[in-house]
Amino acid sequence: MRIGVLYANIRVEEKLLFKELDRRGITYDLIDVRKLVFNLKEKSKWQEYDVILERCISHSRAMASLRIFDSWGIPCVNNYTVGEICGDKLNTSLALIKNGVRTPEVKVAFTPESALEAIEEMGYPVVLKPAVGSWGRLLARINDREAAEAILEHKSILGTYHHSIYYIQEHINKPGRDIRSFVVGDETICAVVRKSEHWITNTARGGQTANWPICEETDRLSREAAKAVGGGIVAVDLMEDEKGELFVNEVNYTMEFRNSIEPTGVNIPEKVIDYIIAVGEGKIDPVTNSPKSSEKEVT
Amino acid sequence: MASVNCIECEGEIPLEEDVMAGEILQCPHCGSELEVVSLDPVKLDLAPEVQEDWGE
Repeated sequence: MRIGVLYANIRVEEKLLFKELDRRGITYDLIDVRKLVFNLKEKSKWQEYDVILERCISHSRAMASLRIFDSWGIPCVNNYTVGEICGDKLNTSLALIKNGVRTPEVKVAFTPESALEAIEEMGYPVVLKPAVGSWGRLLARINDREAAEAILEHKSILGTYHHSIYYIQEHINKPGRDIRSFVVGDETICAVVRKSEHWITNTARGGQTANWPICEETDRLSREAAKAVGGGIVAVDLMEDEKGELFVNEVNYTMEFRNSIEPTGVNIPEKVIDYIIAVGEGKIDPVTNSPKSSEKEVT
Repeated sequence: MASVNCIECEGEIPLEEDVMAGEILQCPHCGSELEVVSLDPVKLDLAPEVQEDWGE
């Protein structure tokens, strides 16, 4: 089997995945996206890959690469569709809502004036997020009109054109924690709770993780969310409201998991590589992320 | 254990045996994020600044 790993910087997660590939004696090519040049009329050398594992830290480079591989019919994990949906919160919300997955209310506006109107209609506090972004960057919890006016003005003057799309999310009054579940294929393999005194609970922002036993609700909602975005290998961020009801906040398609192996006791890299191999061996359809029909008959 | 010196503070950074080109290291002395740009010999550069579309 020939596996390519698309990356830009090697984080702890990539090294763990490499170690797992090494442990199994599987050879793989490291493809640094920063050195990559695609000739759009030359796909033959890429077609030698049975599967490409996408681990780029840059969403835009990942998407351009996946778009090309998708056009050439080269299996990728995650695939272009999953990246396109998960990498943009507007797309994620639309997919979740379309598939009836419980998620906070979202309004989208295109000018500071209409955004302010939308925020006032939703009621304070609200959460304003860039549609593309991660690690809790540039999130704003807006508690009152004065803060709304200030942030909207800052975004309209200082932001790039991306920030002229105002993604306004209902604030869920979570109890100082949120839940991250990991879904591989159709299985919720583990989950952690991330605790922080700050309302942003991302581990990239200092949130601490502990094991979250997978209850029926966590499992169902996680798998529903994964299916809604196209499947594959994803990390689902869930929030609890004051009544304990869970909402899907976001879905991540190049998931980081370094802080979740020890508390859960689950070998996440092993599960990821199992899936990659299954795609590479043709047991899982790389477009639908479903077992191929012959596999379905067996199971 | 092999080591390399930080290009910012010159502090000693221990290297794992399986260090790789492209790997991001954090200097334990000054906290700088550094990228391993070559292995033989090990050379470091400042890691790229976080971009707006970076993440997971």
